[in-house]
Amino acid sequence: MEFGYTIWIALIPFLAFLITGLAGHRMKPMVSGLIGTVGIGIATLLSYVAAHQYFFGVGKVDGVYQKIIGYKMEWLRFSETLAIDMGVLLDPISVMMLVVITTVSLMVHIYSLGYMAGEKGFARFYAFLGLFSFSMLGLVVATNIFQMYIFWELVGVSSYLLIGFYYNKPSAVAASKKAFIVTRFADFGFLVGILLLSYITGTFDFVLLTDPEGAAITQGSGIAFMGLSVMTWSLILVFMGGAGKSAMFPLHIWLPDAMEGPTPVSALIHAATMVVAGVFLVARLFPVFALSAPAGLEIVAIMGAFTSLFAAVIACTQNDIKRILAYSTMSQIGYMMLALGVSGYGGADGLGYMASMFHLFTHAMFKALLFLGAGAIIHAVHSNFISDMGGLRKYMPVTHITFLIACLAIAGIPPFAGFFSKDEILVAAYQNHMLYFLVEYIVAGLTAFYMFRLYYGVFWGKEKTYEHAPHEAPASMTIPLIILAIGSATTGFIPFQKLVTSDGMAFDIHFHWNIALPSIGIAIAGILLATAFYRKGSDMPDKIAAGLGGLYRAAYRKFYIDEVYQFITKKIIFNLISRPIAWFDRQIVDGSMNGIAYITNMVSAGMKDLQSGQLQQYAFVLVSGVLILVLSLVYLMNN
Amino acid sequence: MNIESFLIMRHELMLTLAAVLMLIAELSFGKSEKSRIIPLAIFIFGAVTAVGFLPAPTGSLFGGMYQTSALIILMKNILNLGVFIVCLQSASWLKLPVNQDKGSEYFLLMISTLIGMNFMISAGDFLMFYLGLELATIPLTALAAYETYKMKSAESGIKLILSASLSSGITLFGISMIYGTTGSIYFNEVAPLITGDNLQVLGFLFFFTGLAFKISIVPFHLWTADVYEGAPVNITSYLSVVSKAAALFILIILMFTVFNALEVVATKVVYVTAILTMTVGNLFAIRQQNLKRFLAFSSIAQAGFIFLGVIGGPGLGITSVIYFILIYVFSNLGAFGVIAVISGKTGKENIPDYNGLYLTNPKLSLVMMLSLFSLAGIPPVAGFFGKFFLFAAAAQQGYYILVLIAVANAVISLYYYLLVVKAMFINKSEQPIEPIHSDGFARVGMVLCVLGMVVIGFASIIFDYIETLSRQL
Repeated sequence: MEFGYTIWIALIPFLAFLITGLAGHRMKPMVSGLIGTVGIGIATLLSYVAAHQYFFGVGKVDGVYQKIIGYKMEWLRFSETLAIDMGVLLDPISVMMLVVITTVSLMVHIYSLGYMAGEKGFARFYAFLGLFSFSMLGLVVATNIFQMYIFWELVGVSSYLLIGFYYNKPSAVAASKKAFIVTRFADFGFLVGILLLSYITGTFDFVLLTDPEGAAITQGSGIAFMGLSVMTWSLILVFMGGAGKSAMFPLHIWLPDAMEGPTPVSALIHAATMVVAGVFLVARLFPVFALSAPAGLEIVAIMGAFTSLFAAVIACTQNDIKRILAYSTMSQIGYMMLALGVSGYGGADGLGYMASMFHLFTHAMFKALLFLGAGAIIHAVHSNFISDMGGLRKYMPVTHITFLIACLAIAGIPPFAGFFSKDEILVAAYQNHMLYFLVEYIVAGLTAFYMFRLYYGVFWGKEKTYEHAPHEAPASMTIPLIILAIGSATTGFIPFQKLVTSDGMAFDIHFHWNIALPSIGIAIAGILLATAFYRKGSDMPDKIAAGLGGLYRAAYRKFYIDEVYQFITKKIIFNLISRPIAWFDRQIVDGSMNGIAYITNMVSAGMKDLQSGQLQQYAFVLVSGVLILVLSLVYLMNN
Repeated sequence: MNIESFLIMRHELMLTLAAVLMLIAELSFGKSEKSRIIPLAIFIFGAVTAVGFLPAPTGSLFGGMYQTSALIILMKNILNLGVFIVCLQSASWLKLPVNQDKGSEYFLLMISTLIGMNFMISAGDFLMFYLGLELATIPLTALAAYETYKMKSAESGIKLILSASLSSGITLFGISMIYGTTGSIYFNEVAPLITGDNLQVLGFLFFFTGLAFKISIVPFHLWTADVYEGAPVNITSYLSVVSKAAALFILIILMFTVFNALEVVATKVVYVTAILTMTVGNLFAIRQQNLKRFLAFSSIAQAGFIFLGVIGGPGLGITSVIYFILIYVFSNLGAFGVIAVISGKTGKENIPDYNGLYLTNPKLSLVMMLSLFSLAGIPPVAGFFGKFFLFAAAAQQGYYILVLIAVANAVISLYYYLLVVKAMFINKSEQPIEPIHSDGFARVGMVLCVLGMVVIGFASIIFDYIETLSRQL
């Protein structure tokens, strides 16, 4: 099998996890860091080789990119027809994801050598990074939806471990719990969706499931329930899992809190890889969505559009640098979801699909760069808040320039990567519905505004008094920044329409000046506004904020979504459901159990005398035991 | 019959050779070199165990007195493995000054009982069976009384030999009744002549009693707790694992071959004793504070669970029994290994002594926890799968009520197993057991146990292999 080696892309980080996890405390911290870094480095090389071999070699047959099973083993067999496999499925999106994950993960591994140096639990950190990389890689190459679910949960666990890395900090512990519970709640929908989906289609396998001519799509819509087919319901439930991991409204509340984790973790998990798992999930099942459940796709589009606007508005009001980036991530993932939601299947109809994957790719580059840059800044000034920063451009030139490139990329200024992918999304939205286009158009302006608000606030503005003069980060941190900056500047030129498309066939795109020019225009407008407000520092923003009054406060308090959750869980669920159940559990269930335990104990105490230590008595019991057996059985036999 | 046919008895011959080597070593090693017998013996026994896994010829010898098959060879290998682990765990205890001069004696006795068990499983007639049974029992009593300087050990030996002779007498009585009604002692000749008349039923029940005594089936179990508590830890683990396994092996072989015609009676007896054994074993185990006694009763309860497989009929039933025993060997020996190490260094054997053990001895606590989880049947440790198949075998035959009772008992057992885990991990202690460095042999033994508990559950190939062999019985 020519792609057999791809299994090692996932397994090597796992081995690194085992080594650093089991023996990490015995090595020098740096050694475990290097083991992890070298491991992911090899995996990165392998995935580049695989990508090259796939995209420019054997992947394409008669102009169509094939789904190739690189490796497969049967893991659990339930019955003649139903078995769960573990394996590697290679197709354009999984190969692309391999490249994204290993690249960003490698950058984060290198970066953390500097960022985490001297931290307690350095080896543990690298072990968790290895586990996460393994889980994420296993997720994207899954050959069937069950394997994906297993790795999906593993991703959740490793994210939990990494967010709660500073386990003696209560806020980190609370955040990790919140992330785990919220995503786990969403995964419940995912699981039910999987079961429904496999029930109507009779298969877990992605290749069978997503074959446009296959039985799953042509016959498997199932009966209707509440106006939608069972197929649609199952996909909506599956999307619920995706929405949880990808922080779509209203399951987004864990993402801002997850910023309690170490910053490199935020770059890896909460910017480039795990949070796009939901997008990947929808893309993986895209033929099923597009061909047999268009209503499901509609929901994806609405959720995406709403989240992108909602998060962008909040991002404009926040002060914590990482939280701004977190909301920006939500907003950008909303973009990707919207693009999937408005896309059709096959050829040029699949523009949205291509654009979504394209944006996923470019976003991974510049968002990882932003987070790592933020890490370098936090490292220098020991604070997360913009109000504690200002004028840093003089002290940190490399961070400054790379950060600026990332801001330009996310704002959509040509020729940086974000411009191209975002433009395709806007075109796709425009072709589907004007409303989607307008929303995304506004979001593009907001994005440019809040990113440059951040940029000016940190690097320009009034210089603050620092405890000790900020200095540039060490080379292990700046090199990943530079590499990612190059990626952010150039990846926009990759011809995605030739490589990653909904049906594997290349198509041509036309440049829409009528959309590109206004979108550049609004981005520049956003930047100019931010320049006017924040470059020198002015009191205009405060006045406007005061003018907006309640609206600003609502956005600042993240539209009170956390409070709504608190109210629903604490006041409604706890009081109306949990308390009565708890009472029943304590009084009735525990009561009967205690009763049984009490009786067991009494009987046990009563029998104690049988074990007297007297051999005569033992012999007596033995012989009488035989006799009783004999008598009772002979009696039974003769009746 | 030529000289090569003796290779059919390869297991017994190798063990005999090992025993002779022990005698030679005892004679040729000087007083100061005595301690070197221990590694030598372990090495020899390891070699015997390893060679046992090589493919061996099968067939019968001595006009049908001795027989062997692939399934029987597997059983012997399981016993060998168990004894090997016990030997590993004994090393540090044997090095104590009080035992130092008697190392070869220990191994000689150990190997002798194992030879007896091998002959018992391989028996082709009742005479060979009985000889094997006695050869297995008598050295065991000597082992139980090995620590002659301890009153309890002597008491344990004397109690074992007296109860064992009583049960042997009953067994012989049963065998003579079967001989009386069929006119033969050869299994293959007796089998077609078993018709189920009252005398044969009586004979079977007496015969069954003898084996039930060995397996500690209620109400023939009373010797167990006293003997287990008094005997040295390693002998206790031997008694509770290897000797029990051997008796179970021959019981399932005979139940489904010679006494197949008495199925109606046999299932009734097994049904009743299974319930009694599980329940009584559990109820006593709850109250124990001494860990050896605790494991003694819990192993009684385990025997009751195993009877669910015995009642499960040929095929899945036999498979599940052998599979469970294989897992049980590793789980119980794992637990006993930890107890042996701790008792050897500190003399502490009570559950409250283990409070806070995790803080001082994390590795030992983890091995203990895994073993107890496996005994309790908590996934993903192998014990879960073992119990699952036992229950499945009984359910397949329609004994739902029995399975229900077994499940209830499994819950009770969970309670007391977790009690120990709680002591180790949650309870705090003013004077926890200080950090212990176990010797290399004991560590190897524990690693083997942990490997066994993890691997056997997941490697379905092992279960499949046992199943293919069982179908050939």
